[in-house]
Amino acid sequence: MLRYDSSGKPFIIIRDQDQKERLTGSEARKANILAAMTVANLMKTSIGPLGMDKILVDQDGEVTATNDGATILKNMQVENPIAKLLVELSQGQDDEIGDGTTSVVVLAGALLEESLSLLEKGIHPSKISEGYEKACDIAVKHLLKICDKIEFDKENYGSLVKAAKTSLGSKIVNQYTEKIAKISVEAVLAVADLERKDVRFDLIKLEGKTGGTLGDTELIDGIIIPKNFSHPQMPKQIKNAKIAILTCPFEPPKPKTGHKLDIDSVKKYKELLEIEQNYFKEMTDLVKKSGATLVLCQWGFDDEANHLLLQKKLPAVRWVSGTDIELIAIATGARIVPRFSELTEKKLGKAGMVTEKSLGTTDENMIVIEKCSNTKTVTILVKGGNKMVVEEGKRSIHDALCVTRNLIKDNRIVYGGGAAEISCSVAVNKASKEITGIEQYSIRAFSQALLSVPIALASNSGLNSLEAVSEIQLKQIEKESPFLGIDCISMGTNNMKEQYVFDTLRGKIQEFLLATQMAKMILKIDDIIRPTGQY
Amino acid sequence: MSTEAFQPARILNQGSTQEKAEGARLSNFIGAIALSDLISTTLGPKGMDKILQSPSNLLDSTITNDGATILGSIQISNAAAKILIEISKVQDDEIGDGTTSVVVLAGELLKEAEKLIHKRIHPQTIIKGFRLAKDIALKKLRSVSQDYSENQEELKKYLKKIAMTIFSTKILTPYKSLFADLAVDSILRLKGSTNLESIQILKKTGGLLKESYIEEGFVLDKKIGVGQPKRIENAKILVANTSMDYDKIKIFGSRVVVNSSSKLAEIEEEEKKKMLRKCQKIVDHGINVFINRQLIYNLPEQFFTDNGVMSIEHADFAGIERLSLVTGGEIVSTFDHPELVTLGTAKLIEEIMIGEDKLIRFSGCKEPSACTIILRGSSKQILDEAERSLHDGLAVLSQMVKNPKIVLGAGCTEIIMAQAIEEAAKETSGKIQIAMESFARALTRIPTIIANNAGYDAEQLVSELKTKHYKGNNTFGIDVMGGKVCDVQKIGVFESLLVKEGMLLKASEATEMILRVDTIMNSAPRRRGMN
Repeated sequence: MLRYDSSGKPFIIIRDQDQKERLTGSEARKANILAAMTVANLMKTSIGPLGMDKILVDQDGEVTATNDGATILKNMQVENPIAKLLVELSQGQDDEIGDGTTSVVVLAGALLEESLSLLEKGIHPSKISEGYEKACDIAVKHLLKICDKIEFDKENYGSLVKAAKTSLGSKIVNQYTEKIAKISVEAVLAVADLERKDVRFDLIKLEGKTGGTLGDTELIDGIIIPKNFSHPQMPKQIKNAKIAILTCPFEPPKPKTGHKLDIDSVKKYKELLEIEQNYFKEMTDLVKKSGATLVLCQWGFDDEANHLLLQKKLPAVRWVSGTDIELIAIATGARIVPRFSELTEKKLGKAGMVTEKSLGTTDENMIVIEKCSNTKTVTILVKGGNKMVVEEGKRSIHDALCVTRNLIKDNRIVYGGGAAEISCSVAVNKASKEITGIEQYSIRAFSQALLSVPIALASNSGLNSLEAVSEIQLKQIEKESPFLGIDCISMGTNNMKEQYVFDTLRGKIQEFLLATQMAKMILKIDDIIRPTGQY
Repeated sequence: MSTEAFQPARILNQGSTQEKAEGARLSNFIGAIALSDLISTTLGPKGMDKILQSPSNLLDSTITNDGATILGSIQISNAAAKILIEISKVQDDEIGDGTTSVVVLAGELLKEAEKLIHKRIHPQTIIKGFRLAKDIALKKLRSVSQDYSENQEELKKYLKKIAMTIFSTKILTPYKSLFADLAVDSILRLKGSTNLESIQILKKTGGLLKESYIEEGFVLDKKIGVGQPKRIENAKILVANTSMDYDKIKIFGSRVVVNSSSKLAEIEEEEKKKMLRKCQKIVDHGINVFINRQLIYNLPEQFFTDNGVMSIEHADFAGIERLSLVTGGEIVSTFDHPELVTLGTAKLIEEIMIGEDKLIRFSGCKEPSACTIILRGSSKQILDEAERSLHDGLAVLSQMVKNPKIVLGAGCTEIIMAQAIEEAAKETSGKIQIAMESFARALTRIPTIIANNAGYDAEQLVSELKTKHYKGNNTFGIDVMGGKVCDVQKIGVFESLLVKEGMLLKASEATEMILRVDTIMNSAPRRRGMN
């Protein structure tokens, strides 16, 4: 790019421009929209209970098979900047809500696709943006109008299970949805504070283990750590354990200051020997004196210390990971102690039962801490026939946990199966007629884009997608019932209330807002500059 | 510049590839089917073995028939094939046998699924049908299994038969009765525990496979210190993990600085004394055998010899853990409180000869479940394969004791399951009926492959077998030795329900997983030499 200044000298605005490519104006927009559509189209086939999975092979040849939008996008190593934005969009939905990560990308893609024809009509992108903004407002307001409330308490959580089932329906675990949905809900309820409507997610641990099938997944009222007792002769079961949690190693201290200790006489040698041997004794004595019956340590043990622990009848576990330590501390009410000298009886945690269990024919063991004094911690042990299934199972359960949490925070729901989208689309379309000016076009485009999710849903389910969606649209208008959706699994009814398919209101609103925001942001770009050669 | 906007947008990294829909499915099917075809020739009593050569050392080769071992050592880039390898590994970890059949069944299921997809049946419909079929098969399988948990005597008899069935597909075939006895004997000693740790398998080249035998107690492949007694009765054993070479003071930053050689000698003398004090403490435990995980240097060894204590050095970690398990002694690292230490005991410790080698045998240990199976064979490869086979057998038997349910082998159960599915399919309308029939067909392929591998007219035999079953002879199967259809109970081919269950569940889970995929995205391989 060359300009001339007032004296006629060339003036370089962009350096090395021969090595850079540049797209401007409508071309830039088209390229961006195309990239976004490509990503959205990729994700479309994963929507719904009959959506398909993707296999992702990473740089080192490791295989991941998944249906989770956020995981697919995160692992597929996109390079295109616009595609990267969509990856972050999905990530944003995942962090905030935990579910609907695929739909949000599909919706954003559809909004951009619709804007393409508007651009061709010569409508200015900022006008389109304004229209989308308004339409999104209308849709969100409509969602608030059509939403329903579900009731539940600690004992009657059937409705929560149903919501979790919707989330699990599209994943590989759907053979066992009933069971896994129940596990997820029970796990969340166990740690939830219904008064404050708060769920502490860090108290739910997801542990995976190959072997058995996904149906063998279980909920454990306690914590599992994949470790052994430090000495093979230690008892494998401890009742009413008093747990000392240490973050100091059973090793001679290593002062952090640089120093040298020179020994130049036999006397000094003997003194040093004395000191050394007393260290371990002191350490174990201190632990024993506190009344602990189980030691969990974040660090390693010296052989001698290990034996002293055995001799003092103190079962111990070494190299327990930091996150596990924290969890156990919360669950058992223990204090994490960084120095032996600070250990007192008050700082011990309590658990009704600690057992070491072996699984299968390999000598992999795990330690199960149950009946913790502060029972608020639970572990979901996910089983499966192979590593990939277990990983996918974990991801799916995480989604279900998120849905349940969201419902506890806010028990308003909208109906799934595309019902909410179709209803919003109808409402937005209706509203567009009352707005004069160019915005009307973009608002109508928004209402079209909203249909993309139900259309994908229907076509993944093997239905004639356009026909099915327009039929539902008509029915919704005729009967004025916002809970009619796509009958994906051939249940014989379009009534999502009867099928118990619902999404959280929060998730849906978030989805609309994020997708609209993303579309607006991409529409605003009118110039792409990038170095050639690399791309 | 302007053409860019009209080109298809590239969103992935350079070098990454993406396969979609039909292409992805095709590549999944091809990969998985190729893998299962590769391994299907090893199935059955007359299956063939494979040589596996390691890429780094061509001299290091393995000859094996074990599915998990073969699949574990081949390098594969196809994603679906990797899933199959994974299920084989899990089957091995969990049950120990059936590692080949699980992959072959998954392969056959995918072959059938491929045909259905060609008929334009949606993968999700196929999955639905397969799931239904799997549930029916599982129910049938469980209902035909026989539970022997009440009848221990009968169970023992069947355990041997099951072991023989397992060994008949392995290198141990000619001596399967011998090895079945060995395996059952050692498993029954465990008394229901699945901890295979206390069964030690010791491989010694030389001799023939049939000269393998079971040794009471525990055999340690180590030497007794020089000049020490070679035979000790009523041994009191101290199992230790402590340094007996030189005992450093473990205080960070300490070092010895001296300014004259006499002082050095003094300190050295003190160090020696320290070591001898330690030795004295050890001897004060009132022991006559001392076994250490780490090295024992000459000085302490001499001290032990003088005190009439047998010392054994450098028993590795697994050895030490086993020893402490079988002798009942704890692993000791400090020696200040002899009264608190549990010593291990053995009636007799002696040096024995196997072939050319001297070994130490501990018999009459506290833990009677301990035993050692000594494998003899003419080459390392044979021994390795024999060990793998034996391990498979032991693993299955140990699980059997916990869950003593037995089904008929020789292809009989597969046909029973297939027919149950076919029956149910008749009453199911819709496309899933076709999928269920396909599942049944895949199950029947297993006996077909086994018969094929044995060189018989497989289709003929299997169809004869099917007719038999239709007529109500539900105990019939294929006698691979005789090449004819016969009553399986008579030829005594039994298998563990767990193996079959694992095969069915894992194969269908993996199939479902592969069928659900419609896109494969391959990342560019990590570039070497970066950074």
